[in-house]
Amino acid sequence: MIALIDYGAGNLTSVRKALTSLGADYAIPASPAELVRYSAIIVPGVGNFAATEALVGPWRDAIGAEVRSGKPLFGICLGMQWLFEGSEEAPEVPGLGVLPGRVTRLQGDAAQRLKIPHVGWNALAFHSSAELAGQRCRILAGLEDGAHVYFTHSFAAPVTDACVAATTHSETFAAVVERDNVFGVQFHPEKSSDAGLQIMRNFLEVVRRLPAAARSAEAGC
Amino acid sequence: MLTKRIIACMDVRDGNVVKGVQFQQLRHAGDPAELAARYNVEGIDEVVILDITATLESRRALADTIHAVAQRIFLPLTVGGGIRSEDDAAAAVDAGADKVSLNTAALKNPELITTLARRYGSQAVIVAIDAKRRGDGFAVYVRSGTADAARDAVEWAREAEARGAGEILLTSMDRDGTLSGFDCQMTAAVGTAVNIPVIASGGAGGAEHFCEVFTRGCADAALAASIFHSGSVRVSDLKHYLRRQQIPVRL
Repeated sequence: MIALIDYGAGNLTSVRKALTSLGADYAIPASPAELVRYSAIIVPGVGNFAATEALVGPWRDAIGAEVRSGKPLFGICLGMQWLFEGSEEAPEVPGLGVLPGRVTRLQGDAAQRLKIPHVGWNALAFHSSAELAGQRCRILAGLEDGAHVYFTHSFAAPVTDACVAATTHSETFAAVVERDNVFGVQFHPEKSSDAGLQIMRNFLEVVRRLPAAARSAEAGC
Repeated sequence: MLTKRIIACMDVRDGNVVKGVQFQQLRHAGDPAELAARYNVEGIDEVVILDITATLESRRALADTIHAVAQRIFLPLTVGGGIRSEDDAAAAVDAGADKVSLNTAALKNPELITTLARRYGSQAVIVAIDAKRRGDGFAVYVRSGTADAARDAVEWAREAEARGAGEILLTSMDRDGTLSGFDCQMTAAVGTAVNIPVIASGGAGGAEHFCEVFTRGCADAALAASIFHSGSVRVSDLKHYLRRQQIPVRL
């Protein structure tokens, strides 16, 4: 059973719809203490980084502990930004900090008519760390380099070792991250048609392949 | 590179897709969920549902329509028409809309733009502007094009952006339903005045019109209805054509 974290940042309708259509077992935990009973965690979210303030404290502690114990974590859009140390958008609010680096504002380029927010379909450029797609990089399995996905955001995470696919909109930023059991996408897979659904399917596959010991955590659900 | 978006609009009345010419003479054009599913297969980038009656009785039918469409597609879905309050917007979002489009209500109560941008984020708030040429300017109309709002489209688009709108949906009333091409001059005037994406609407008749509005019109996205419904222009053919014209599109 996957925990879908609802912290009031945007509506979860489309993420839930996508998970349901992919046959995923998921639920929205009512309290951080319940997380121990789930086998994986999804942190969605749309909007201002300040909204993640609702996660500071017990939620952040519990999610951090579960991730350190090896449970897969998938951050979507604002949820991916939250995986980093923090954001220029709300400097006083700490991120989860499982990935190094800070989220910064995209600058755009008026001369080239590159507007901010970055809204629309843009291409994924696979990073060198994604070369072994399907083995080392699991989240991009089955996708083609250059696949288009739907973005809507003004802030973005830096390209670091965790970046497996980058996107360029006046500057190049991390579009997909993967490190051990931590995964994230800056775009909206639930609104990115077939390519997006494939990425969500890949995360579900990671969860499905967990060792039996980790999956037994589901027994309590 | 960010691609130019092709958006299919479905004007919906009592659960059915209808299409008029210059905001009049409505005809039936099909079932919204079936059409949306077809557009998804053809490679549409976004879908807009406009409730063109927006009477109290039709609100429930609209929620059912939004839900039915949202079940069939994994694409951004915008809902507009008769969204007058935060509650109306919440009902659309709860039914499955990713964005709401405000028109008359935004002019009457511009604070609503800010309220919704705070609640859902600017990316979820589109301000729709219906305008016609008048002299050197572009006069804004409200109430489905029946009332002069005494505002200029460029100036109103700037204000909408400042108040928190994430995109502008700009419809040329002169061109709507005429199949004679988008109003590129108006689109460029608004598109260069704001820093948020502008969706051109009204007048699409053939693939070349999209090419024009993405180049001369500086549009970030282009919307059409009847030509997609009837199949006279297929989305997949249109995108291949645009790619050949060096316009970046998602294939």
